Amino acid sequence: MLQAIADGFMSGAIIALGAIGLTLTMGILRFANFAHAELVTAGAYIALAVLWLTGAFMGPIGPFSFGIPMLLAMVVAMAGTSVLALTIDHLVFRRLRDRSGHMTLVFGSFGVSLVVRMIILLIFGGAATYYSNELQIAMRVVPGLRIMPDQLFVLGLTVVIVVALHFFLQRTRLGLSMRALAENPELTRVNGVDTNRVIRWTWIIGASLATIAGVFYGLTIQLRPEIGFHLILPLFAAAILGGTGNVIGAVIGGLIVGMAESLSVLFIPAGYKLAVPFLILLLVLYLKPTGLFSGSAGGAK
Amino acid sequence: MSEVLLRVTDLVAGYRPDLPILHGINLHVGAGEMVTIVGPNGAGKSTLIKAVAGLLTITGGHVEAMGHDITKVPTEKLGEAGIAYVPQVANVFTTLTIDENLRLGAAALDRPLAARRIEEAYQRFPALKSHRNHKARALSGGQRQMLAFARSLLCAPRLLMLDEPSAGLSPLIVQEVFTELRALMKSGLTILMVEQNVKAALAISDRTYVFAEGQNRIDGTSEELTQNQEIRAIYFGNAGAGNSASGDS
Repeated sequence: MLQAIADGFMSGAIIALGAIGLTLTMGILRFANFAHAELVTAGAYIALAVLWLTGAFMGPIGPFSFGIPMLLAMVVAMAGTSVLALTIDHLVFRRLRDRSGHMTLVFGSFGVSLVVRMIILLIFGGAATYYSNELQIAMRVVPGLRIMPDQLFVLGLTVVIVVALHFFLQRTRLGLSMRALAENPELTRVNGVDTNRVIRWTWIIGASLATIAGVFYGLTIQLRPEIGFHLILPLFAAAILGGTGNVIGAVIGGLIVGMAESLSVLFIPAGYKLAVPFLILLLVLYLKPTGLFSGSAGGAK
Repeated sequence: MSEVLLRVTDLVAGYRPDLPILHGINLHVGAGEMVTIVGPNGAGKSTLIKAVAGLLTITGGHVEAMGHDITKVPTEKLGEAGIAYVPQVANVFTTLTIDENLRLGAAALDRPLAARRIEEAYQRFPALKSHRNHKARALSGGQRQMLAFARSLLCAPRLLMLDEPSAGLSPLIVQEVFTELRALMKSGLTILMVEQNVKAALAISDRTYVFAEGQNRIDGTSEELTQNQEIRAIYFGNAGAGNSASGDS
């Protein structure tokens, strides 16, 4: 039980990072972007490509399976995925935003997700792969609970990122503009805010967090072109559970979904684990469609 | 004649390019004036203000502010043109605190100037200062209107455009809002206002335009319009009941 809770917490942290970007784009751009999960996959594979190009020129850091090159690759991948997200917005979403309704945008995002997934499949192939061949020995924290150092790194960095993002949204002018844009785009423009610039930064932040989620997924599980496909439901469940546009809500939603997935295998066959986020999504939409923390403090809204 | 701050010439505009609501509007606002636009629902009053603010598609005519053509100036550059706009509803960010609303209004200014202007806004509207860290959703209708005024003044506009500032407010609060508008005008601000409350609008403004079906039908000083038989018949119930009938249109 203790191990399942810890594992749920770890996978919840990854879901949370992906869900933050999704909830920001849903809150600010006002559409459900089904291509967001593919940014997670793209980020993970761009980091892998950078690692292939640079090589693991230094050994792993301390007890972790990765070294400095992995962290550098993650930063490069964040930039690469941001460029990809901005390009997709420029070529597809911006045109649809200006000329059509929300449903067209949603269907457009379906199309974009398929294209991105197929390109990744074409370049990297369908086989599962890993960033490192280093073997990780799980540390025994307390009786019945073993955690790998990489998982602790993922958890620690997730906490730092969430705190930093919260501070950014609450204290900076850009963060304030993002929260304003999520509530009232017209009034935001009336206040002299360049909303296109805010939208660009929303994509950059969302894509960067998706990359980190993808790299963490690759570090703690494995790399597969279907990462996005498998994460899409948990991401939406977390974002909707937390209340659209609410960053802290998305984090809590991610942890709840991760935990529910992990604990479910204690009671149902592991094959049904993927259905858990779907059930959570249905329950939220049925019982509280605005999410648990809609309109509360700490988010884009 | 005083300097013309806003001149609208033959303006054709609407929410869709193929469906214009304004059909050739002409109006001007002189420096230091308070000009009101009145008219029945659907006359195009709010549409005119939104079109000037750059929020709608202009398909004909042009708009000049302070001598510069602003017909195609985007909404976010309105402040740079010396114009502030307060929408009718949703004129504050309810999920942001009062302080955050003001910080956003001053986002185009450098930080020391923004801090100074926000402090000045608190001095002008002391009720806002005591609630500065409260969400704007907690404010009453009148307080929200004051916050909207305060935010719109942060960039020191020369022309303030208001879309029905009395909408949804109790008569007592409307008096407060109009008193504040008079004070703003005395401080040198020029005001263009859309108003449903015709009696109150004529009482407070220098000149009034009467819109109908997307065109300006009648205009003149408020005194002239108060004496106009047609206006009295339409808005004051009958020709001789100007002082007793409701002014709501």
